[in-house]
Amino acid sequence: MRKMPSRIYECLSRIGESIIANKDFLTELDREIGDSDHGINMARGFHAVLEKTDPETQDIGAVLKKAGMTLLSTVGGASGPLYGTAYMEAGKVLAGKSELTAEDMKAVLEAAIAGIQKRGKAVKGEKTMLDAIIPASETYAQKIAEGADMVSALEAACESAREGVEYTKTIIATKGRASYLGERSIGHQDPGATSATLTLEAIRDFLKG
Amino acid sequence: MVGIVIVSHSWKIAEGVRDLAREMAQNFTGLLCAGGLGDGSIGTDAQRIADAILEADSGDGVVIMADIGSSIMSAESAIELLEEDGHEVNAVIADAPIVEGSICAVVEAAGGGDLDSVLKSAEESREASKL
Repeated sequence: MRKMPSRIYECLSRIGESIIANKDFLTELDREIGDSDHGINMARGFHAVLEKTDPETQDIGAVLKKAGMTLLSTVGGASGPLYGTAYMEAGKVLAGKSELTAEDMKAVLEAAIAGIQKRGKAVKGEKTMLDAIIPASETYAQKIAEGADMVSALEAACESAREGVEYTKTIIATKGRASYLGERSIGHQDPGATSATLTLEAIRDFLKG
Repeated sequence: MVGIVIVSHSWKIAEGVRDLAREMAQNFTGLLCAGGLGDGSIGTDAQRIADAILEADSGDGVVIMADIGSSIMSAESAIELLEEDGHEVNAVIADAPIVEGSICAVVEAAGGGDLDSVLKSAEESREASKL
């Protein structure tokens, strides 16, 4: 089974770089249907995560837990507790591990989703980040079950996440600030689903090297 | 005595609500606020909330008064952070408007009410008609 050495700092850096590079885009999406702060908040959070993460730490679980706690304190908007809980729950799955199997990645995605659902009390179809990561996680699990390796399963998962982002354009928001807009939220893609997809794509690109 | 923590995206709202509620019970020391982010910008910070809960608690529990959206999620995260750190604080979030609820909660807490009665008092403010 393919394993990844603990280059978790490098992986987090790739995620952070992508979020920070897309700061204005994410904020613009949020301006359409929210409170115009998603990119700003996420970029602030990841600047803090990268600043506070020790590049030498090998324990992936410990790094993710710390990243989650930092996001809880620095993002500010709803994505703080949502991503913060997701990273902390993922960290619990990987506590003490310095390498990652394809099965571990499946458990990470599922733990992150469970954390987001616990915190946000949302389900699929409410125009949230779940509309990207639930289909991505399902595709990933299916590909692994079919014998795919981690990278190709993640590539397929990212395609499902992108489709999920497109799907959010077609539905009404019933959670979060966008729910105040009701039907006027149709036609706009969800910022959270977009940042979740950027996250998965950054992990994919990191693993591809 | 039951403690109370005011949580808002805005530190001005949190401090304003605290000041308003404190007029009702000037010697009540268990009233804390956790507004905004550390740098003063708009947002909620679970760690700030967790710190305020610990400071507000005198052993009889804490009622959290929160504004909209992520205030609730950050308050829930704060309670979990404290649990994971091994703190035994009985903290509950009131389903109530932050201004009216905080005033009712402070009056009840300063009068020696227990956690259930402070929570109930805050939540009953939802039903209060203004006109």
